[in-house]
Amino acid sequence: MNDLLTDYLPLAVFIGVALAIGGALMIAPFLVAVRNPDPEKVSAYECGFNAFDDARMKFDVRFYLVSILFIIFDLEIAFLFPWAVAFGDIGLYGFWSMMLFLGVLTVGFIYEWRTGALEWD
Amino acid sequence: MSSETITLLWEYGLWLAITVGLSLLVLVGLLLCVAFLLLMDRKVWAAVQMRRGPNVVGPFGLFQSFADLLKFVFKEAVIPAGADKGVFLLAPLVTATCALAAWAVIPMNKDGWGTWVISDLNVGVLYLLAISSLGVYGVIMGGWASNSKYPFMGALRSAAQMISYEVSLGFVVITVLLIVGSLNLATVVTAQTAGIGTWLGLPSSALDWHWLPLLPMFVVFFISSLAETNRPPFDLVEAESELVAGFMVEYSSTPYLLFMLGEYVAITTMCALATILFLGGWLPPVDIWPLNAVPGIFWFAAKVVFMFFMFAMAKAMVPRYRYDQLMRLGWKVFLPLSLVMVVVVAGVLQILRSA
Repeated sequence: MNDLLTDYLPLAVFIGVALAIGGALMIAPFLVAVRNPDPEKVSAYECGFNAFDDARMKFDVRFYLVSILFIIFDLEIAFLFPWAVAFGDIGLYGFWSMMLFLGVLTVGFIYEWRTGALEWD
Repeated sequence: MSSETITLLWEYGLWLAITVGLSLLVLVGLLLCVAFLLLMDRKVWAAVQMRRGPNVVGPFGLFQSFADLLKFVFKEAVIPAGADKGVFLLAPLVTATCALAAWAVIPMNKDGWGTWVISDLNVGVLYLLAISSLGVYGVIMGGWASNSKYPFMGALRSAAQMISYEVSLGFVVITVLLIVGSLNLATVVTAQTAGIGTWLGLPSSALDWHWLPLLPMFVVFFISSLAETNRPPFDLVEAESELVAGFMVEYSSTPYLLFMLGEYVAITTMCALATILFLGGWLPPVDIWPLNAVPGIFWFAAKVVFMFFMFAMAKAMVPRYRYDQLMRLGWKVFLPLSLVMVVVVAGVLQILRSA
């Protein structure tokens, strides 16, 4: 087997075994426990009331905003990974290019802060 | 079949059997450890509140977690009528599998036989970050599929919280990588045999580990991992006075157990990651005779238990955050702080190398 397979095939096997353990636990109560559903038991929980309306409702746009900000910064981290690993070899030029990149992103971050995208109230 | 095919099949079959056996060994060992860590969590919590905690099942309540497991298995699994059944049942499986899968790359010891790990990936850190981010899908799927208001709100809150703190967690990992220059977790540990302590002329010791030069980052990492795993004081997902049990409201029996299991395995993973990145993994506190004769796995386990103890104490002592404070801490304090620290660490390293 080549290097790629010896590195990544055990991962697939490991995830498979983990999935099997999880699946076995998941199936167990359907095999051994009693099942006795009634309309009250299987209705959605809402502090004793019957559910007023559907739960797939509108939600605050700020959750959406947070996830967009997350994508920007997570991409930034993804770019930083190879830079950090190669940091010893790329010298002063590599150092200052990344500082420039981070500087540009910091300007964006300050803009977000000033426009209030990070406020939760 | 020719004899060549049979030899080939035999070779691959043997390899597969060994890998499955090792995977089972790691997973079963891990689950046993988590069972006792769960008990420790409850015992520490009880001791802080001057209670005795679980003490009925077995000596000192040692078998409490196993009794809990049996009870979960023999409970009725209720599936709400309005739920999307497939996604509803898939969600806990995704959470638990993603949490367990992270342990394929955690190195626990290194000796004459090599590194004690399922797969010694050269991009281990990246794999770990990727697979732990996938855990948030289980939460979202569970909250959405329940078709009930409390789980839905809990899942939204949880997802926003988990991704917010993942950013600062990523920056903290970058600062460690800058010093080490490798994504391999075993290399991260062996890089900690030399550091500030050896520079001062002392033998290889705890002073060489990354917690000392990167102390602010260690603190940020610890607090971020509390938030990342939805632990108190950041357990707004299941703030029981507001959201009952968050995204898990509609779950019962082993689907619920899988969510809990995933949560505790994720906590243990975070403890192991902190141990590897900052506390020198399997290295002994001082590299002198009686200490370095102890197997490395013992030191690794001791450090993970120590980190878990810190998690448990934080749960017992700190009051819960408000949601806007949580977001403020993540985006306005930790993110700028860790960003500046990346620049500072890179700058210092650059100056040291050019000098």
